[in-house]
Amino acid sequence: MSGEIAQAFAKAKARGEGVLVAYAMAGDPDLPRSVDVFAALVEGGADILEIGVAFSDPIADGPVIQGASERALKAGSTLKRVLDEVVPEVRKRCPQTPLVIMTYVNVIMALGEERFAKLARERGVSGAILPDLPPEESAGLRATFDAAGVDLIPLCAPTTPKARAEAIARDGRGFVYCVSVAGVTGMRAELPPDLSQRLDLVRKASPVPVVAGFGISTAEQARTLSAHADGVVVGSALVRAAHADGPGAAKTLCADIKRGLKR
Amino acid sequence: MTTETTVGRFGRYGGRYVPETLVPALLELEEAYAKASADPSFGEEVARVLKEFVGRPTTLTPARRLTEAWGGAHVWLKREDLAHTGAHKINNTVGQVLLARRMGKKRIIAETGAGQHGVATATACALFGLPCEVYMGALDVERQSLNVFRMRALGAVVKPVESGSRTLKDAMNEAMRTWVSQVSDTHYVIGSAAGPHPYPTIVRDFQSVIGKELRTQAQAAFGKLPDAIIACVGGGSNAIGVLHPFIGDKDVRLVGVEAGGHGLNTKQHGASLTLGTEGVLHGSRSLVLQDEDGQIQEAHSISAGLDYPGVGPELAHLAKTGRMEVRTATDDEALAAFYEVARTEGILPALETSHAFARGRELARDLGKGKYLVINCSGRGDKDVATISARGVPPPVGVKS
Ligand SMILES: Cc1ncc(COP(=O)(O)O)c(C=O)c1O
Repeated sequence: MSGEIAQAFAKAKARGEGVLVAYAMAGDPDLPRSVDVFAALVEGGADILEIGVAFSDPIADGPVIQGASERALKAGSTLKRVLDEVVPEVRKRCPQTPLVIMTYVNVIMALGEERFAKLARERGVSGAILPDLPPEESAGLRATFDAAGVDLIPLCAPTTPKARAEAIARDGRGFVYCVSVAGVTGMRAELPPDLSQRLDLVRKASPVPVVAGFGISTAEQARTLSAHADGVVVGSALVRAAHADGPGAAKTLCADIKRGLKR
Repeated sequence: MTTETTVGRFGRYGGRYVPETLVPALLELEEAYAKASADPSFGEEVARVLKEFVGRPTTLTPARRLTEAWGGAHVWLKREDLAHTGAHKINNTVGQVLLARRMGKKRIIAETGAGQHGVATATACALFGLPCEVYMGALDVERQSLNVFRMRALGAVVKPVESGSRTLKDAMNEAMRTWVSQVSDTHYVIGSAAGPHPYPTIVRDFQSVIGKELRTQAQAAFGKLPDAIIACVGGGSNAIGVLHPFIGDKDVRLVGVEAGGHGLNTKQHGASLTLGTEGVLHGSRSLVLQDEDGQIQEAHSISAGLDYPGVGPELAHLAKTGRMEVRTATDDEALAAFYEVARTEGILPALETSHAFARGRELARDLGKGKYLVINCSGRGDKDVATISARGVPPPVGVKS
């Protein structure tokens, strides 16, 4: 079922590009206008959309995405409403772009794991990223998602030991999300020097594509990383641009980073 | 006796729901703790510091006038308020900071609600010469100014947290975020028996010194185990500490008292065992106050230490299996209990502790004469005097209002 994600990577590869996974928060500044942001990201060149669903206690997120979560919650964003009101609209406007939900495990549990998987698949969601669900806790949910045809995308961290990273990669679904910095989401001027080695290692072990995320905000960073990864995830920089200057600004930033991903 | 069903799980509760970045550190901590626990010299060192510095064992005090006033069971108090820094929190911070030092960690971070855990962490760090940073909700910084001063005096950096409800849960989020960025050389001292595995186990073990002492002291004082033990429940560390050694003693009633805040029907309370639903907060699966969309609700309590929308997984398990009875006390009941204890026993209990006292009368009567009730006096009330006096002090004893 993860056909869509695999296809997006294959298409980008055929064009000689790394994949741009673009993150924005559903419901920021409100539900309908966040659809405009997602559409703008795709116009700017995003290959996969990561749809953030707000959680009140986002321990993996830095100030930019925390702020977006607070705005989204104030605007009444919930997982149910995102699946009902945001995902179908984004699908309509960007029918070729795989959609991945990013949220915290409690939000999924509250809706019900099976119910989420079924609804997500029906509405056209290809995968999910849950930053507070490490491999030890994910077996049950992954089986549920597998059965419904939704990829539970695993994360690998800079602190993950080699053997553990390889095990995470071997069992990947959709793609492997390599967290580039030991820290929370947010832009960084510098990325760790050993990141490329880490990406090479994970890529060697993984049957699915590997992307780097956290801290990436410039075309230059994207260019450096795309030699070692199949793509990059950009979140905080896009959220900040959309919040400060509207969808157009996020689109421009996408296009800029996308240029860095051309090989 | 353990209620751990599989490693890190208490029935359905517990686990390790954290970013992958932290998992290796939690595995390292688990292993280091297992090694330390198996090493008699570590246990001896902890015991020595508890004796020489903390002032353990804390006394078991007969509450003769309360016993008379309540007209039921004999009431005794386990006096954690007499431990150095004024609360049970120090039992855990001494243990964890010693463990961190063994692990070669260079700095310590912690979260705090009432400030007691922050003070206790800052104290242990001062004692062992480690830099310390304490995350505290901005609202709590305002209402616990004495403890903010104490932490600073002890050399700690206090970091006010402005996000969310600006209370304990947000302080814990921020401490976790900081830990994710500095995990290689930093130990995070969690202050309650909550958080991801192995914290609920580690904190419970260090706090169990309370219940272990109580077993011996009860035998000496009244020749048998207590008939009931009552403790307040925020995250649950003082409760699990005093109750855990008695889990296997079926004749000992175990009672936890949560913050009823403005009332259970008002949504302004901290009663996660009573009204919470299963969820994941701060790294473990437990009972949490949340809405139907899985958003964590803001808790409310007059006492900053009970103002938390979650609870440790082991207490959730004990509550769900019925081994622990769960009660609540409102803000007003806690305040009334504060003055009752102050004026009948000459003790100013912490507002957290006052919740346990607030349910003491019914429990004492329910048990009846000739039985023994122990109330865990988790801490002293000095930190709360600003909050309490702002509501006006009742007239002196013997003076008609
Ligand atoms: C005196 C006192 N009692 C109780 C508590 C509640 O915490 P726990 O439930 O972990 O014992 C606190 C927390 O700060 C406290 O300071």
